[in-house]
Amino acid sequence: MSLDKADVVKIAHLARIAIDEEMIPEYTNNLSGILELVEQMNAVDTDAVAPMAHPLDMVQRLREDQVSEENQRDKFQEISPKVENGLFLVPQVIE
Amino acid sequence: MEWETVIGLEIHAQLATKSKIFSGASTAYGAEPNTQACAVDLGLPGVLPVLNKEAVAMAVKFGVAIDAEIGKRSVFARKNYFYPDLPKGYQISQFELPIVGLGHLDIELEDGSTKTVGVTRAHLEEDAGKSLHGEFQGMTGIDLNRAGTPLLEIVSEPDMRSAKEAVAYMRKIHSIVTYLGICDGNMQEGSFRCDANVSIRPKGQEEYGTRAELKNINSFRFVEKAINIEVERQIDVLESGGKVVQETRLYDADKDETRSMRSKEEANDYRYFPDPDLLPVEIEDGFIEAARAALPELPDQKKQRYIADFGLPSYDAGVLTADRETALFFEQVVEKSGADAKLCANWVQGELSAALNKDGLEIAQSPVNAEMMSGMMQRMADNTISGKIAKQVFQAMWAGEGDADAVIEAKGLKQITDSGAIETIIDDILANNAAQVEQYRGGNEKVFGFFVGQVMKASQGKANPQQVNELLKSKLQA
Repeated sequence: MSLDKADVVKIAHLARIAIDEEMIPEYTNNLSGILELVEQMNAVDTDAVAPMAHPLDMVQRLREDQVSEENQRDKFQEISPKVENGLFLVPQVIE
Repeated sequence: MEWETVIGLEIHAQLATKSKIFSGASTAYGAEPNTQACAVDLGLPGVLPVLNKEAVAMAVKFGVAIDAEIGKRSVFARKNYFYPDLPKGYQISQFELPIVGLGHLDIELEDGSTKTVGVTRAHLEEDAGKSLHGEFQGMTGIDLNRAGTPLLEIVSEPDMRSAKEAVAYMRKIHSIVTYLGICDGNMQEGSFRCDANVSIRPKGQEEYGTRAELKNINSFRFVEKAINIEVERQIDVLESGGKVVQETRLYDADKDETRSMRSKEEANDYRYFPDPDLLPVEIEDGFIEAARAALPELPDQKKQRYIADFGLPSYDAGVLTADRETALFFEQVVEKSGADAKLCANWVQGELSAALNKDGLEIAQSPVNAEMMSGMMQRMADNTISGKIAKQVFQAMWAGEGDADAVIEAKGLKQITDSGAIETIIDDILANNAAQVEQYRGGNEKVFGFFVGQVMKASQGKANPQQVNELLKSKLQA
């Protein structure tokens, strides 16, 4: 499977990555190369292999349901560009 | 053409844990903005999620309650999308291996029959934060207190065929999660919300039509209205030769319409993949069996018990058991008062429920508690007051004038059971209404009711009705 220019533009948009128009052919090429590798792997018969959800062969540790965090709002909001009444302000998302 | 409606629901139930699903921040509702959003909830670099055991236990409880397969190995996945109230740029959810697999429950239809609805799956995920629009010039305010609150997303099979069935299903899920104590069920606060997938197809056709997803429905009433409006819209579209587009639509309760939420970010390409920050969750058989053994009495079982033990009609038993708090209230009244269960049921479903509705209160907030209600039922049972006077007593208790005994004493509502006193009143009435007495004796038995009315009026409703009947009859026939 190989990608075309439109696919690359769409992927960049979904990932919110700005790309230069002139770089698109190179990205198209590189990404298509990755997919070709995936296709090679797809060709291997894996019917008898359980899908791997994680490279570590371990099980998730669970945490007791206890509140352990304190309010650190002021500290967290120091690095925020804009704050008002305790809210983070971001560019309006709905007109 | 005759159309058939097909509905599937996705219900989000906020789990009633103390802390968040992947962090130790509090989930308490109503805190100052962003005071319960810790580094994990904010998605700051270097943090790692650690799964809350209680959230897992609650999901398993739900699974065994709907007789579902429990995923002994379940995996968390990242659902990727960009929105300011989702700081990490992905929501941790479950995709291929959810914690709860195929299950089912029964709903009761209007004609009294039951229908089994399948639950495809239920999975654990984290909630997003809240966006506040319109308060700031050209900006959106973000409160991340809710971010990371555990949700159980319960996905039904497309088994419902009308808006009413969808509501019955939603109410049933609501009952189950509140009975289990895994969700507070508060719809105003958004603890229990619903998206509806709605499509129509010509009756008899097997394939499904194209569906629209209705978002943001936060009451039982709105679910019914939103679905009905959407079905009408789809019929109009198809009958005028158009096509239904697969899209997300928002229900606007004020205008009673659904409208497209389509934006440039239409491409719902979530690019799910297993979250490398979390290992697979394994649940042992012992854990599942313990959850099964600890199941409380569920609404269906309670209903059957009310029918069998209290001799209640199926309808009454259904109404009383739909809500756990109502059922507990009813059981306390029956137990404490020792009064007839049907009479108790009538009062809980009648006077109490009407008063709660009128004042917009939940049963837990009722000014008349189960104890006060039992006190009043006892005074009816021992003939201190009649059913009619009890309504006055109830209203006074509701208004905060004390318990039944205090109200009866203060207002002098004690029933007159002294036959001598009743006879005096009757003699008076008969003497003053000679014409009617003659009519009655002449064979017009209908005037009997007139006499009863006069006696009750003269006694301000306090004369014991049975005694009035008996004494009147014997005096008129004398």
